[in-house]
Amino acid sequence: MDTKVIPFNKIKKAFDEVYEVYRFIMRFFKEAFLPPYEFKEIIKQCYYIGYKSVALISLTGFITGIVFTKQSRPSLAQFGATSWLPSLIGIAIIRALAPLITALIAAGKIGSNIGAELGSMNVSEQIDAMEVSGSKPFKFLVVSRVIATTLMVPALMMYNGVVGILGSYLNVHNNEMTSFKNYITDAFSSISFLDITSSVIKALVYGFTIGMVGCYKGYNTTQGTQGVGKAANSAVVVSMFLVFIEEMIIVQIVNSIRPV
Amino acid sequence: MKKQPLHIKRDKVVITIKDLEKSFGKHQVLKGLDLDVFKGENVVVLGRSASGKSVLIKIIAGLMFADKGKVNVLGEDVAKLKMKDLDELRLKIGFSFQGSALYDSMTLRENLEFPFLRSRKNADKPNMETTIKEVLEDVQLLEAIDQLPAELSGGQKKRAGIARTLMLRPEIILYDEPTSGLDPITSVEIIKLINEVQKKYSTSSIIITHDLTCAKNTGDRIAMLVNGKFISNGTFDEVFKTSNPDITGFYNYNFIND
Repeated sequence: MDTKVIPFNKIKKAFDEVYEVYRFIMRFFKEAFLPPYEFKEIIKQCYYIGYKSVALISLTGFITGIVFTKQSRPSLAQFGATSWLPSLIGIAIIRALAPLITALIAAGKIGSNIGAELGSMNVSEQIDAMEVSGSKPFKFLVVSRVIATTLMVPALMMYNGVVGILGSYLNVHNNEMTSFKNYITDAFSSISFLDITSSVIKALVYGFTIGMVGCYKGYNTTQGTQGVGKAANSAVVVSMFLVFIEEMIIVQIVNSIRPV
Repeated sequence: MKKQPLHIKRDKVVITIKDLEKSFGKHQVLKGLDLDVFKGENVVVLGRSASGKSVLIKIIAGLMFADKGKVNVLGEDVAKLKMKDLDELRLKIGFSFQGSALYDSMTLRENLEFPFLRSRKNADKPNMETTIKEVLEDVQLLEAIDQLPAELSGGQKKRAGIARTLMLRPEIILYDEPTSGLDPITSVEIIKLINEVQKKYSTSSIIITHDLTCAKNTGDRIAMLVNGKFISNGTFDEVFKTSNPDITGFYNYNFIND
């Protein structure tokens, strides 16, 4: 066998990268639990990540609710089952749409922002400046942002779900003249505690992933301004990819424990 | 402009570099450097761009690690220190970056508060406020205290970077190209500031530069870095009183082409 065909350098580089990611994650857990704690910075990041994303999340949640209801109605109408719309929408939004749409929006908006911000700080030596003044940049920049995304993505997911259900209600009310009370009762009658818990857990995992990927890419940026662009871009691509992988794994696990 | 070295204590070495080597891939940047810096002394490391000058001070500050050799700062072997001890040592080392490296989302005041608050467990606010005003007066930037770095000129940014290092009252300051990108008048202001800081704060410094005016006017001693080695070490006149083409070429190029 021709050993020149095997790209040993690339394989070694890939393993090195995996090891670096592992070290980065371990460093996060080590520094997250050790004092001093950057509470002020965590709250500031929660504000930027959470509050500043509310408008976008409202819009996407509302449109998702309306569009999904509009798209589902004809299929159910064929069987005379439009009364099932609230249950169907409730299950779809809580179990899948709200966590996934929130995660994708967060990956695009928050992940790219973190990657670009830390990348730009890195190439302009601001991170080195913190390091040489003993200011613990990892704790200040990485730990605070990852904690903020891990807390804020679930909050945004819940908000997205509520807005989506409201959007759906407006469409159902417009067509079927269903009252708000009946709609909500029907929508939530099919949703179990497991559905809500699994969605919150999913959102926690997605939030952690988005924060961690954005910080890793930004914190390790090289190659100047071109590197900043690459960091922002790959923060989005990698976190979206990981979100889908995690979605698949979590759905498998939840389905295996869901009572039939 | 440059004074006689009044403050240098030749019996006390603050930085010792022994047989330092550093490579990036196959390219060896530093090829066995030796250097001592005495207390109160300004040592200028002079060399062309990409000669490894910045790498040298990054190794001193523990931002990079050498492949071989020893760097001893204030009695501590930098490479052997644990993170906690390295952070403590770094509080005694100020680093003025080439691009100033000011935190661009913070005002000048916040830039100065940042290292102060994190380095002192019970930082008292009135003391911090006094220190901020004192260092800003020293660098003549008090009027810009609430401005963002984007609103400052190149020279002001350099001053602000120096002010931030002074917040922690360092014993050693490492200047990375302090006059690069500045007009001649602003360069002279920065040169004066470096000398004033040395006097007022009794600091020892390593000044990385390829600017001969800066080297001549700030350096008590010049170490000439060529091809990864110090080829000459002494006062400005001693270093440039030579027929070595690497040194005379550097000198002629600086002045003839200016």
